[in-house]
Amino acid sequence: MREINVFEITKAVRNLCINSNYYLSQDVKDRIKEAFNNESSSMAKDILEKILKNIDIAKNEDMPACQDTGMACVFVEIGQDIHIVGGDLEDAINEGVRQGYIEGYLRKSVVKDPLNRVNTKDNTPGVIYYDMVSGNKLNITVAPKGFGSENMSQIKMLKPADGIEGVKEFIIEVVRDAGPNPCPPIVVGVGIGGTFDKAANMAKRALIRPLSEKNNNKFYRDLEDEILEEINKLGIGPQGFGGKTTALAVNIETYPTHIAGLPVAVNINCHVTRHAHIEL
Amino acid sequence: MEKKISLPLTYDKVKQLKIGDSVLITGVIYTARDAAHKRLVELLDEGKSMPIDVKDSIIYYVGPAPAKPGQPIGSAGPTTSYRMDPYTPRLLNSGLRGMIGKGLRSKEVIESMKKNGAVYFAAIGGAAALMSKSIKKAEIVAYEDLGSEAIRRLEVVDLPVIVVIDSEGNNLYEISQN
Ligand code: SF4
Repeated sequence: MREINVFEITKAVRNLCINSNYYLSQDVKDRIKEAFNNESSSMAKDILEKILKNIDIAKNEDMPACQDTGMACVFVEIGQDIHIVGGDLEDAINEGVRQGYIEGYLRKSVVKDPLNRVNTKDNTPGVIYYDMVSGNKLNITVAPKGFGSENMSQIKMLKPADGIEGVKEFIIEVVRDAGPNPCPPIVVGVGIGGTFDKAANMAKRALIRPLSEKNNNKFYRDLEDEILEEINKLGIGPQGFGGKTTALAVNIETYPTHIAGLPVAVNINCHVTRHAHIEL
Repeated sequence: MEKKISLPLTYDKVKQLKIGDSVLITGVIYTARDAAHKRLVELLDEGKSMPIDVKDSIIYYVGPAPAKPGQPIGSAGPTTSYRMDPYTPRLLNSGLRGMIGKGLRSKEVIESMKKNGAVYFAAIGGAAALMSKSIKKAEIVAYEDLGSEAIRRLEVVDLPVIVVIDSEGNNLYEISQN
């Protein structure tokens, strides 16, 4: 059985926290460039240009693209043929978050208790998800999540009779309600089906799918395109000052659900959509 | 077409600013987020004086990333403004002239801005590395225990912002989306 030492995991998580915050991925940059070319208003163009410039400054100077370096969402896929040795896995991940946020000069934005709000001063704990998969690899994705956009997210338990129209309406309503607050242009992660929590989890996972990749089911691929078009007709535009680019992408994930239900979760992300991945 | 303004931000200067103006700000401004606002308003409630003089000044809603050695500040873009809305009219009544943030404001805030003659600017949310380049000096002046949310005195040169709500209550968010 292949062994992985927790020490390696800590190191990987540390680097992923830093890299995801400093270096935005090419798919995000490409979509913003496309949006820049597509805009006609000078205000929208100017904002997108500054956003592109910001990505370059962050990369060239090794500094976070946004000051809200988020809560560290960590997705761990554990191959069932691996043996993790040397300590506790969860502790190792949180140690990686701690090192990454301290050594990378990232902002510490986590409070220990939601009501007695005392900062933990090292951005721990992360929000960690584990999946057991086949094979002998360990895949880790870190997606720091800012709360300007997280706060604009919503979930709704629709009725089966609400159907596709109800789903579309709800997603667009969430984006309209969010308006300029989540730093548009945004990325819209959608989870449809499953249970209450499963839908929210899928919406979050939809946000780590590269913007250049569509849903691999044609029906949902078309729905992603259609909803993106509708959203961009809202005219909210970059930063809410009007324009054709309110969203850069709509990513939908689905799961089987109960005969009586149609859960829909919409997780909003900003243009600083961050994720970094490593396979160990 | 960018307008340059410098601090102190007097009533007369504010009256010249119209929604949609791109403005470059130079001078001394202060940072504060929700936690610092809460404390400032508590001081006002107790009839005490605040640790900063807000008169003809600007508060920037930002919790910057830590500075690397040799830098004055880390990335420093705006946070969402509505969380400050419950406290803002009190500060406007004390002479605060401008705010920098992002996103919508409440009716009460806009009414108070009209009454007091104040302006609300938006900075580009997420363009935080870019914004940090305009901040030449930063020092904590109050509430150090709040970490990133402490009140900082910033010396800025040509900080790029956009006028979103002017002192007449005109609102760029409403106009640009209709
Ligand atoms: S919503 Fe995104 S871009 Fe805006 S402040 Fe938060 S992390 Fe930064």
